[in-house]
Amino acid sequence: MSDGALISGANLGAIRGERVLYRNISVTAQAGDLILLRGANGSGKTTLLRQLAGLSEPQSGIVEREGLHHWIGHTNGLKAYETPRSHLSHWARVWGSEADMGLILNEVGLNRPADVPCRLLSAGQKRRTALARLLLEQRKLWLLDEPFNALDTDGQALLAEMIEAHRSEGGAVLAALHGSAPIEATREVTL
Amino acid sequence: MSPSPLLSAFRSSLSEAWANGAGLLLPLGFFTGTATLVPFALGPEAELLSRVGPGVLWLALALSSMVTLERVFQADLQDGALDLWLQDIGSISLVAAIKTLTHWLVSGFPLVLLTPLIGFGLGVPTEKMVPAMLGYAMGGLVFFLWGGVAAALSASVARAGLLIALLALPLYVPALIFGVQMVEAGFDSPSFLFLSASTLFALGVAPAAMGAALRLAAE
Repeated sequence: MSDGALISGANLGAIRGERVLYRNISVTAQAGDLILLRGANGSGKTTLLRQLAGLSEPQSGIVEREGLHHWIGHTNGLKAYETPRSHLSHWARVWGSEADMGLILNEVGLNRPADVPCRLLSAGQKRRTALARLLLEQRKLWLLDEPFNALDTDGQALLAEMIEAHRSEGGAVLAALHGSAPIEATREVTL
Repeated sequence: MSPSPLLSAFRSSLSEAWANGAGLLLPLGFFTGTATLVPFALGPEAELLSRVGPGVLWLALALSSMVTLERVFQADLQDGALDLWLQDIGSISLVAAIKTLTHWLVSGFPLVLLTPLIGFGLGVPTEKMVPAMLGYAMGGLVFFLWGGVAAALSASVARAGLLIALLALPLYVPALIFGVQMVEAGFDSPSFLFLSASTLFALGVAPAAMGAALRLAAE
């Protein structure tokens, strides 16, 4: 892996059945980078992101990461019985984080529904809860799959701010997107 | 790996079981129902019931263990929690083991406590009750562990109940045989040692198998 890179995927390939989704894709992210993975539905953006996150084995190529990363997938990782506060508390315990839960809930605009079970939350509020995990623990690399999905205009602006703040603090973000988003990428990878 | 992720997995599994509410009682209901129907099917002859009682309880235990296994890992796969566990936890196998043991604690262990009540009804002799209870505790653990492997292997399959049964039931056989023999022969018998060995083997192997199966399911 090159000096300063937080993640590097070289010559990655994916095959689904007999269909080649992509081959020889290389991605490297350094501090401050915002790399967008673009492509039509079914082009393999999520597969590539999962390979980079180590959740899926690439059919070819190699992935190297520096330290731990945050992952936000299509699904939010929430249980129906959890509240935003209990969800964040659970993962804070798992990660050994001592972050101020009230502050984080306030930051992502979940103060009011903080103790409402997730089954009663809107899709946007669930997405905000998942995004709040990014603030639980400082990790330099964020891997986000369609992170703007279900967010309203305020939510999208909030996430764009979070991404900018993270980059300015030396972090890097890789995000799979198929639509427009209020962020400006340093680089795009099209599948 | 520090203990805090494992404690959190335990707490989260308990919360999940609690949130399932009446679902928790399904194995208990199944176990009690199966065992209490037997005297009606075989007749009230005490000698016959006393002879088949321990075996019937073992069968009821084996089948009850599978009633709620389907959702143990499937929910985590569907809601994305499995990805979160996989992303940075050193050993998904340990987390899977904790989830399965918690499941046994809330759904399997109460069956052991019910044994005297149902055992007396089936005419199981008093002196055999303690070996029976210990046997059910150990055998139940084996059933839940192998059942957990089957549940992990079928986590990505919709309506996986039948598949879980097909995968798990053959693995139940050694514990079932040694368990029934142990109730008859007591603690001094080789069956007790074989049942202990089966339990230790399942404790050693099943978590690794569950971990590998869950990694595969997340692919």
